[in-house]
Amino acid sequence: MNDFVKYQAIAIGASAGGLAALAEIFAALPENFPLPILVAQHLHFNQDDGYLKYFANRTLLPVKDADDKERIKRGHIYFAPPNYHLLVEKDQTLSLSVDPRVKYSRPSIDVLFESAADIFSSLLIGIVLTGANDDGAMGLKAIKERGGLAIVQAPATAEVDCMPRSAIATGAVDHILPLTEIGPFLCALVTPKD
Amino acid sequence: MRDTNIEDIELELLLEGIFQRYGYDFRHYSRASIKRRVKHFMAKSGQGKISEVTTLALHDSNFFQQLVEDFSVPVTEMFRDPDVYQALREKVLPRLATYPFIKIWHAGCASGEEVYSLAILLKEEGLYERTTIYATDFNEIVLAKAKQGIYPLADVKRNIENYRRAGGKGSLAEYFDALYDSIIMSKTIKKNITFARHNLAIDQVFGEMNLILCRNVLIYFDKMLQERVLHLFNDSIIRGGFLCLGKKESLQFFEIYEHYKDIDSSSKIYQKKQREQPGSAPL
Repeated sequence: MNDFVKYQAIAIGASAGGLAALAEIFAALPENFPLPILVAQHLHFNQDDGYLKYFANRTLLPVKDADDKERIKRGHIYFAPPNYHLLVEKDQTLSLSVDPRVKYSRPSIDVLFESAADIFSSLLIGIVLTGANDDGAMGLKAIKERGGLAIVQAPATAEVDCMPRSAIATGAVDHILPLTEIGPFLCALVTPKD
Repeated sequence: MRDTNIEDIELELLLEGIFQRYGYDFRHYSRASIKRRVKHFMAKSGQGKISEVTTLALHDSNFFQQLVEDFSVPVTEMFRDPDVYQALREKVLPRLATYPFIKIWHAGCASGEEVYSLAILLKEEGLYERTTIYATDFNEIVLAKAKQGIYPLADVKRNIENYRRAGGKGSLAEYFDALYDSIIMSKTIKKNITFARHNLAIDQVFGEMNLILCRNVLIYFDKMLQERVLHLFNDSIIRGGFLCLGKKESLQFFEIYEHYKDIDSSSKIYQKKQREQPGSAPL
């Protein structure tokens, strides 16, 4: 990883309206984007992997369902598989669990965020996007408490604004950004400044 | 030192303490999940630090029982992942039908819903009468629950939907009796199932099995324990027998994979090869 990059990973949580919002962000990232991206997107539990195909021609980065004990690679986008929680292990591999739903959700955004914060601490960027519940709010707070960067989609630009509003209400937020600006903002964060 | 690093040390000590005191070996469980479970338990029982849990767990076996119950929260349902049962019905059971007796090991059976699902499947394919199912779990409390076979009536609608999607041939209601707000699995479905305590982390080979199911258990283990368990399975499966893992678990990156062929890659069903290729080492 390049020395100038201050961060090691990005974790994104999304629910209702999330696929389109994620596509908007992913489309803005270049092929050589240096950070891995971990995504917890609430999906119907019987959903197949059709959503992976949806992203295939919307981003230059490889997109896949996380496999158990898979090593995290830079520039890859990993989704929590439907009906599994996604967590990060100390050796920077991914692990899955079928533990009970958290806030009615599996995958749970809080579970992903809290476990990623545990491993990457201040080198983690957390992003809460559109959704109709308050998942992700506690997790984003955990990221911020470890010194990570907390970003929330501006509620006015969210298809459903409940999830961004809940995250903002914790007060643990660094940036509130319109959807179209999140991708470019991430690019700027990882680009060297002369 | 950061708080998280201290917590990692505390967790290490807790797991080592549990192993030495009670013989339950969680030392090779995936840390991220077990840490979450310990913290969940702490929030519920009011400890601020993992080391406080350790002290109580070492000195108070009742407290430990509560903790270990939380460590193995069973989350399952009847015919979980219906397509897997469909695949078992179409691709595995016809081959098992060629044997006069069938032995199946369901490892990590939790509260038993999936064991009964399999029993129903076997019954519908006419194989149940010559089958013995060994259903094991390390946790006595969930095992007792599995043996009882009593489940909430509230889940029946989902169970019936799963059963239908798994290619169920009759009516799920034939296999249980309703009792107030519960259902109880019927004797005809229970009779060939033996429930027994078995700990994959420390116990040994279980017998000569035609089929082993172990779904969504390996994801909780680290690579080393996964290796151990898969070797245990390999030693317990007869040639031509089958192994069925969870949908997000795979044999592919393990040593024993060379002795197996894929039967259904989406359902993670594998068959042990009949005989080794010439020149390869014996098992």
